[in-house]
Amino acid sequence: MIVLLSHYGWRRVFAAALAGSGALLLGIVLPMVIRPAQAERRSTNEDFVNYASPLELLFSPDGSRLYVLCQQSQQVRVLDASSFALIKNIAVGGVPRGIALSSKGDRLYVTNSWDDTVSAIDTGALDVVATWHVGAEPSGIVADPNAAHLFVANRVSDDVAVLNAQTGEEEKRLAGGRGTSYLTLAPDGGKIYATHIYPNPSSRRTGLENRTAPESEISVIDAKRATVMDRIPLHSIAGVFHLAFSRDGRLGVVVEYHPKNLVPLAHLEHGGAFAYTITLFGTMVGKPVEVPLDELDRYASQPFGVAISYDSSRMYITLGGSDAVLAIDVRRLLNFVNARPRPASGSYAADLSASSNYVIARIPVGHNPRGLALSADGRRLLVANRLDDTISVIDTNTLRVSATVELNRQEPVNVLRRGEQTFYSAHYSFQGQIGCSSCHIDSTFDGLTWDLEPDGFGVDIVDNRLLEDLRGTEPFKWNGGNPNIPTECGPRTEKYFWRSENYDDLTLSDLTVYVRTMRLRPNRWRLPNGELTAAQERGKAIFERSVDRFGKPITVENQCSYCHSGPKGTSQKSFDVGTRKATDESGLFDTPQLANVAMTAPYLHDGSARTMEEIWTIFNPADKHGRTNDLTKDELNDLVEYLRTR
Amino acid sequence: MMRGDRKLVWMIALLASTGAISLPVFVVGQKAATPAVATKAHTASAAKQNEELPKMPLFRFDNFTTANGLPDNHVYSVLVDGDRIWAGTENGLAVYENHAWKTYTTKDGLAHRAVLSLALDKRTGDVWAGTMGGLSRISAGRIDTYTQMNSGLSNDVVYGVSVEGENVWVATAAGACRLDLRTGQWTLYNERNTPMIEIWVYGVSATPTKVYFGVWGSGVLEYTQATGRWDKYEDPDGETEMVLFKDQGLIHEIVSSVSYVDNILWASTYFGDSRYDGRYWHNFLTKDSGLPSNFTNSVKGVDANRAWFCTDKGLAYYDGANWAVYRPALAGGKPEMTVRDAKGHVTRVAVSTAPAHNYILGIDFQGDDIWVATAKGLSHGFRQH
Repeated sequence: MIVLLSHYGWRRVFAAALAGSGALLLGIVLPMVIRPAQAERRSTNEDFVNYASPLELLFSPDGSRLYVLCQQSQQVRVLDASSFALIKNIAVGGVPRGIALSSKGDRLYVTNSWDDTVSAIDTGALDVVATWHVGAEPSGIVADPNAAHLFVANRVSDDVAVLNAQTGEEEKRLAGGRGTSYLTLAPDGGKIYATHIYPNPSSRRTGLENRTAPESEISVIDAKRATVMDRIPLHSIAGVFHLAFSRDGRLGVVVEYHPKNLVPLAHLEHGGAFAYTITLFGTMVGKPVEVPLDELDRYASQPFGVAISYDSSRMYITLGGSDAVLAIDVRRLLNFVNARPRPASGSYAADLSASSNYVIARIPVGHNPRGLALSADGRRLLVANRLDDTISVIDTNTLRVSATVELNRQEPVNVLRRGEQTFYSAHYSFQGQIGCSSCHIDSTFDGLTWDLEPDGFGVDIVDNRLLEDLRGTEPFKWNGGNPNIPTECGPRTEKYFWRSENYDDLTLSDLTVYVRTMRLRPNRWRLPNGELTAAQERGKAIFERSVDRFGKPITVENQCSYCHSGPKGTSQKSFDVGTRKATDESGLFDTPQLANVAMTAPYLHDGSARTMEEIWTIFNPADKHGRTNDLTKDELNDLVEYLRTR
Repeated sequence: MMRGDRKLVWMIALLASTGAISLPVFVVGQKAATPAVATKAHTASAAKQNEELPKMPLFRFDNFTTANGLPDNHVYSVLVDGDRIWAGTENGLAVYENHAWKTYTTKDGLAHRAVLSLALDKRTGDVWAGTMGGLSRISAGRIDTYTQMNSGLSNDVVYGVSVEGENVWVATAAGACRLDLRTGQWTLYNERNTPMIEIWVYGVSATPTKVYFGVWGSGVLEYTQATGRWDKYEDPDGETEMVLFKDQGLIHEIVSSVSYVDNILWASTYFGDSRYDGRYWHNFLTKDSGLPSNFTNSVKGVDANRAWFCTDKGLAYYDGANWAVYRPALAGGKPEMTVRDAKGHVTRVAVSTAPAHNYILGIDFQGDDIWVATAKGLSHGFRQH
């Protein structure tokens, strides 16, 4: 148990194995593979710690209570807002992500992202009084001021569900951006603003979709009519998180990632990986304008939460990768964007000196700060440090942390927690620019293709892949070049990504365990009873067939189930499936696992297929990626339906 | 007639009707559709007209063309969306709002410049556009496009589209299909899993209970949502050039559109039109109705008894007993309105405006007003009485 499993006990063993692994190849591979596996068993079973992982914070309307959404313990913790004494723990559903109060404050709503449900909590009794089903991976949630509707952002189904606020019955879904996740109600209650974490797919086929700047949007919903009324474009943005308004509604701000995935990541030291920015909109700024949060030699990595003070003088932004909160002087910010001619692009993202005009403080807090909440008097800013199980209390006068509230005082920091902290930290990269989670947003992916290697512009473009349930899918990288996760996350990452600081052995072992134990989220396309629909059954038969529709045998290596074999859908071998581009060093590519393949578009090694259909309708002319050109359109649809269940 | 031949004939008919070419009137295999007004016109005094004339809607037409903002004069489809008017043209999707036109093109992500059909999802406000190159969803300015290459859409030539609940039903040149917006699943309907013989599906009308498909050469297909059962309605005499059994079934198998309203099916064909109440058929031909032509591009039911017919020789309205026809005169183009009462008496009504052209492709309703897609512009009919 803790003794055996204690962080340092097994880490020493693993570190010793790592340290002694330099001489022989076997000596490298075996300890790396075996030791983490042993550690995982301990960590996930015996060493399980029920961390709170506070993600979002919310004050009650009278300011007397603080609702803390705890993602890992799957609770809402109700605290006294002054003393932070626990009033009650309320159990909710799986992996809760969003929280909102009704306009009267009598109901608290929580989205349970892995259960696909919403918990309705009576704030008088502090009990869950109803659980309602919604779309796939519900995330953000807001209640309209008239108490008629609840709006729920569904991350996997890319939409906003409109529920009857009284019965929970879903009335309709509105098309959001890809990975719709966060919702904000405008101060006048008339509009709801939705953001999304993955870029929207290119609507036009140009042949260069995988090499064009990402496009995102803010979807503006008419709260009364419950229809999308506008979409504010966010050019070159992929990864959009919380949004906030000034009290008068004249200034809106949204925090976002501005990836620079079209240039080789080797240019990280030239600012070539990410800018972290905000886009301002509303009558105070006229046309939307993007401004950076980064400083000349220090990045504001992975912004997540944002709040504007009631007097509109300050803006606060949590930086999940920098473990800090930024304070911005709004007057100076507005002066910066309004007092000079703007670039034609409407973006100052490339100007790393810009932030010195308006960022007035960078306040260190705990690990992976996420949600924040301002007290009604504006004097206290509370910040949820997700990977510390703490809440930082910031004095807004001094812009310093005045207190730290521990939610899980007695719990040790175990391997998984340290690994997760490392995963989300930008500490190791040059000038704190990126962490693993910059591209693997919330431990998933980012929907982008990257030019990772220092082999020239546009060479060996690779699609980002889902990290969940990786055990048994080695090797890694699209060229199969990394035999295991320690290699993938260690020397490769340090050399090509961080360009600044390496992990020590213990840190790498923690990270390895965390990555290898990421759970696979529920598949939304399987029937609840596990059976397949008729179309999925037909698709499965196609996937497993050995004879084509003309009765001719399909060679073994050209059968879907040969390369995509086993429970994970990968033979762990590389094949040439005819997708090599002139810019690829090789035509041999690692067989990707199929787990939750439906949510990981784009496809193929370089993301050139926008949809699964395009893998075969466009990129398989010679039947090298399986025998598929004999299929009718019906049959291809069936095959896709089956793959979506994997 | 082979499918390609039929398409060619249709295109020739379109060109002929727009004046691009001259053809004898027998080109599509039908007898010359002589307007009823020419054979049964009655000379009547103005007083008598007022006394006996059925009260049919009178419109003042304002016409939109490229001269005042339309991207193209060939308007294939029209959709009323509150105060917004969508026009599917040969050169883009135009929307009229606040007295100004805006056009979406392929540069904006539209599947193809030629927009053949339009449907409104009333719950979400999204507009679905069927084009010659795929299906597009226009949602608050964002366009998402589905093609046979990037999705499960059966074919890129989308003749018809209809939204029912979470389902988008699509009529294409290679069968019909349904997109389930909740799951993203496409289901195809063609000769392999329905009674469809031809797979050239021209129109679709979907409701929560029934979905009807108008199939070019294969009659009308009926899909019952609760049971998944398919039924097929064909021309009982099977004759292309003549009608042997007039009210005993669908008037003809070359069906150009369907409209299912108040549990009544209205079907248009290139050889007359039909109404079906689930038990009885009633057919309409020029010789025994107020139809100006048997060649009907589309029909749109108002309710169980009233419908609008878009023909190659004018726009016709049927109120259950009487008919009205609105068009520029076939000879000379002078605005013309005729009313045919239940007894077959035809009366001219003095009008000063008419739809932009007699070749009518589509219609939609805005309160009492109508919007009409024609081969030479889009027309707004302001209801006068």
